[in-house]
Amino acid sequence: MFKEAAIREPLILGEKSYHDITIDVVGPIENKAPRAWYILLAISGLIAAWGVGCILYLIGTGVGVWGLNKTVGWAWDITNFVWWVGIGHAGTLISAVLLLFRQRWRMAINRSAEAMTIFAVMMAALFPGIHMGRIWLAYWVFPLPNAFGSLWVNFNSPLLWDVFAISTYFSVSLVFWYIGLIPDFATIRDRMVKPKAKKIYGILSFGWSGKAKHWTRFEEVSLILAGLATPLVFSVHSIVSMDFATSVIPGWHTTIFPPYFVSGAVFSGFAMVQTLMLIMRKGMKLENYVTVKHVEYMNIVIIVTGSIVGVAYLTELFISWYSGVEYEAYAFINRATGKYWWSYWAMMTCNVISPQLFWVKKWRRNLTFTFFMSIVINIGMWFERFVIIVTSLHEDYIPSSWSMFYPTAMDIGIFIGTIGIFFTLFLLFARFFPVLALNELKSILKISGESYKVKE
Amino acid sequence: MADKTIYAMYDDDNVLKDAAQSLVDKGIHIKDCYSPFPIHGIDPIIGVTRTRLGIAAFMYGLMGTCLALIGMRYFMIVDWPMIIGGKPNWTLFHNLPAFVPVTFEFTVLCAAHGMAITYFIRNKTLPGMPAVNPDPRTTDDKFVLEIDTHENHGMSAEDIISAVKETPIVELSENTH
Repeated sequence: MFKEAAIREPLILGEKSYHDITIDVVGPIENKAPRAWYILLAISGLIAAWGVGCILYLIGTGVGVWGLNKTVGWAWDITNFVWWVGIGHAGTLISAVLLLFRQRWRMAINRSAEAMTIFAVMMAALFPGIHMGRIWLAYWVFPLPNAFGSLWVNFNSPLLWDVFAISTYFSVSLVFWYIGLIPDFATIRDRMVKPKAKKIYGILSFGWSGKAKHWTRFEEVSLILAGLATPLVFSVHSIVSMDFATSVIPGWHTTIFPPYFVSGAVFSGFAMVQTLMLIMRKGMKLENYVTVKHVEYMNIVIIVTGSIVGVAYLTELFISWYSGVEYEAYAFINRATGKYWWSYWAMMTCNVISPQLFWVKKWRRNLTFTFFMSIVINIGMWFERFVIIVTSLHEDYIPSSWSMFYPTAMDIGIFIGTIGIFFTLFLLFARFFPVLALNELKSILKISGESYKVKE
Repeated sequence: MADKTIYAMYDDDNVLKDAAQSLVDKGIHIKDCYSPFPIHGIDPIIGVTRTRLGIAAFMYGLMGTCLALIGMRYFMIVDWPMIIGGKPNWTLFHNLPAFVPVTFEFTVLCAAHGMAITYFIRNKTLPGMPAVNPDPRTTDDKFVLEIDTHENHGMSAEDIISAVKETPIVELSENTH
């Protein structure tokens, strides 16, 4: 049998058997939820309800309730869209790319990271939808035969590429997540005593029985889906970046955007995974599965992607000077020293300087510090999108039309509201779904489990 | 003689694999194996063939590529030519660079969903299907070999049971049907 080097830190701590893994993961679903869960659900539910209210008001009244003006025609809406899509990149990266690279540490975090991805992409897809103004006509983005003559959507436009990218990414991630969930739902189904719960998990598990042939197919399907999802992850944020890069706005019209956006997306996605996993491992007592080593691995990914983002910022600055295009140069001088200087320096501090602190081993293994940093990074990444979008637009070619963007209560309400919806969905997931990939963890217990390593 | 199905339960994946090998060496045909996670290396022992889902996924992907290109050619070049952003559109070839993203996305979409649907149908795992694992513990920490007497003509049920009992089983049950 395959053995892992003894000097590698174990990924499953303690004396665990297969049965213990089942108990540890299914236990929280079988038992009553702790009070903290209800409190958190109530808070995020309230924020979500407020967000839904703002969205309904927006749809009923019109996009004018946002603080957009003639000069700044895109602001928080698209910032939030790009931010959420970015966060949604970690899940599939963890489950697909790390599967292809045979990284076993992904198994403790992939399930919840994928759930996070799906919820984040849902939040992202909301923004272009409500930005249309008439959301009931949202199906017009698809090339459907219609009564307006030969009116087709424009396949030369990156905005349409985005429709295909986001919908493919969402549905493929959902399928990937669900196929992995089926065997674990079967485990829960077979443990449930209450007939109603047994029935529900029975339907969710699709009648999975764990036959040898099914497992062969399961592994093949997982591998191929990972192979398909890997280029998909990179394509989605590349296409999102082309929404900007193919325009002629100084500050947007740069070829560096696709790789820069993708690494920024992975950077913020991992930060969000850290935020959620650190709360979840504590709340659900999963310290033996999501270990300090897992946190460290994720922090290393954060250093790498954060450094790529830092290099991209500096390259952009250099090119704006080196290109000799005065409009391009002005866009960047304006970012750093103009009226939005604070957002630029917030972005620089949070995204370029802060991840470098993780070079210190003691800090990247410190959970409190990691938690704090994960929030700093996500704030920084929100500012990155805000800087790119608003500071490039607010001072355009005609000084008489220069203006500032001021968010209205609706801008803020909808943004905060999506955070509420996201956390509500995640809390429901943590309560009713197996938060760790049971079948995968069991398959690495003998390879990477602490008790098995000691026996050698 | 009524057909019998024998279920031999083990509590470890490696033990089950060795047991399956020893039973197969004695000429017993093993019908299936139920386990809480994939046991690597059990397939050749009990004669499970490699799945062709990969080929299916490739076919679905190819179909997606073709559909995307045919569709975009019709919308953008044949039915109502549009020159937008100076992107040339006299032929599909000229307009191709702008069609790469959607072609790629649609290929992945068709390959992934086509394969997933095929997987569910081939497995017969669909919403509301009944589970057929012989014991609820096989999705937790137990591993079961299923042997059908009807598939082992040369042996009596007693012979098979005694051979199974020689392996380190934790439980043995049988089903007459």
